[in-house]
Amino acid sequence: MQSFWRRFLNNPRVVLSLVWLTFIVAVAVAAPLLAPSSPFAIVAKPFSPPFGEFLLGTDSLGRSLLAGLIHGARTSLLIAILATLAAVAFGTCVGAIAGFYGGVIDDLLMRVSEFFQTIPSFIFAIVLVAILAPSGTSLVIAIATVSWPPIARVVRGEVLTIKAREFVQAAIVAGQRDMPILVGQVLPNALSPLIVTGSLLVANAILIESALSFLGLGAPDLMSWGFQIGAGRAFLRDAWWLVTVPGVAILLTVLAINLVGEGLNDALNPRLRDL
Amino acid sequence: MGSARLWRYVFRRLLQAIPVVLGVVVLNFLLLQLAPGDAATVLAGEAGGAPAEYVQALRQRFGLDKPVPVQLALYVKNILALDLGYSFRNQSPVLPLILARLSATLLLMGTTLVLSLGIGVLLGLLAAVWVRSWKDHLISVAAIIAYAMPLFWIGLMLILLFAIKLDWLPTSGMEDAAAFYEGWERVVDIARHLILPAVTLSLFYMALYARLMRATMLEQRGLDYVTTARAKGLSERQITLRHVLRNALMPVVTVAGVQVGSLLGGSVVVESVFAWPGLGQLAFQALFARDLNLLLGIFFISSCLVVTINIVVDVVYVLLDPRVRVG
Repeated sequence: MQSFWRRFLNNPRVVLSLVWLTFIVAVAVAAPLLAPSSPFAIVAKPFSPPFGEFLLGTDSLGRSLLAGLIHGARTSLLIAILATLAAVAFGTCVGAIAGFYGGVIDDLLMRVSEFFQTIPSFIFAIVLVAILAPSGTSLVIAIATVSWPPIARVVRGEVLTIKAREFVQAAIVAGQRDMPILVGQVLPNALSPLIVTGSLLVANAILIESALSFLGLGAPDLMSWGFQIGAGRAFLRDAWWLVTVPGVAILLTVLAINLVGEGLNDALNPRLRDL
Repeated sequence: MGSARLWRYVFRRLLQAIPVVLGVVVLNFLLLQLAPGDAATVLAGEAGGAPAEYVQALRQRFGLDKPVPVQLALYVKNILALDLGYSFRNQSPVLPLILARLSATLLLMGTTLVLSLGIGVLLGLLAAVWVRSWKDHLISVAAIIAYAMPLFWIGLMLILLFAIKLDWLPTSGMEDAAAFYEGWERVVDIARHLILPAVTLSLFYMALYARLMRATMLEQRGLDYVTTARAKGLSERQITLRHVLRNALMPVVTVAGVQVGSLLGGSVVVESVFAWPGLGQLAFQALFARDLNLLLGIFFISSCLVVTINIVVDVVYVLLDPRVRVG
């Protein structure tokens, strides 16, 4: 375990990414303190330039760009994390059951997850949010619905190999029931690939959430980075920073999560590192 | 391979596609049940101002007074007969609306596929050849960044740079409608409009393929057949180009096939940024008009499109790699 942390934190990319993510999480948690008024509140005349009264200026309706960014961090992270947790929970169940029981159940569940990987998932997410009416909950549902299949496949693969190991066979012989074996013996050993895949899913969830919000399918009462870009796009010619700055926030956050995910992978599978 | 066997393979793949298409129809039906109000108002385009008699006729036709399984059967029957309903917003049946947009989307997707595969494979190859040099690192860093950028934002940034600041390329649309270009001039005009959307959509996949290509090249290079080739006295260049490259390409082609669905989703976003008149922009418009039925139609047709392209990719794959058995 100690060598894991050494390998993980010896990577400068990982350290930089962790610094950025800590910052973003802190901003998201402290959003009501950092920007007490609503991010939708009109605070100044429209299009006031950056570095004036407001650090990043105001948008086309006179809303503070910085306050929007701060509250946007909260929205993006919250929705991405909730959606990922839901996808991981569901995907783990499906993958574990498929891998553990095999046979017809496995076939059926894997067909279903293949189906969800075949259909154009972003269009499916659009349809889902449009039908459920845009809100935080429907964003979480839509993102989770299109994100679980990779988790299911990873967990299934792990369960298949772990199931054949002696300690699991011993547990079966000892007469343990299926559920305690799955939860107590098999899944803990499948944790590391699950963590890597899950962390990459958070990045993907942020991208989906921002794209949906950009298209106007975001939660109407929650400020988000994608919404800011969508609101600013019509004024690209004269106020390019309204689009650029939230985009940089998304880029850095997604990049940092991807790098941490890769770092986790390298640290957990040191032999594959040179590939 | 005998052509009879190939046809049998195509036939089998088509059979395998049936459950997927049926699944999408059932999914659409379930989505209709989720929508607020009864299905007939949704089918008629919700706030679309459909006449009351039409909504009533729809109720009859979809058997909305009957039990749910009967409704499902009727729905499946209607969709499989390619009756996707009528869009009152657009004053047109849904199917021709969608088909009219298909070619623009296919043009964008095709260009993206060629661009991202071509450049991605090349970059991955170069990175593997230059492994652990600064050039390799440069390619890897660029790929990681491209991988993390939201598509719509790349598009807007490219518009800002190349269309607004530099004024080299048009900001949106597929052609300059006011110019009435014909023949070759029209092709050039469309190509100029195509550059930014295609580059926007390509960057992500380029990064994906470059990273994958680099990894598989490095993996292949350690295998026995490379040692054999080296022992035979082939130059590194010959080994890379003639042996390693070919074997490393296959996983990339496989992944490219799997990515078709996501490519189509990406084109929705890119089309709405560039006002590219394809399926994606139609979806965007349907979204704004709350025309759920049109949206469901687009979802259905685009799923069918993905399934078709997957089959085509599989067949191409079999033709490319004689080792793949189609039994």
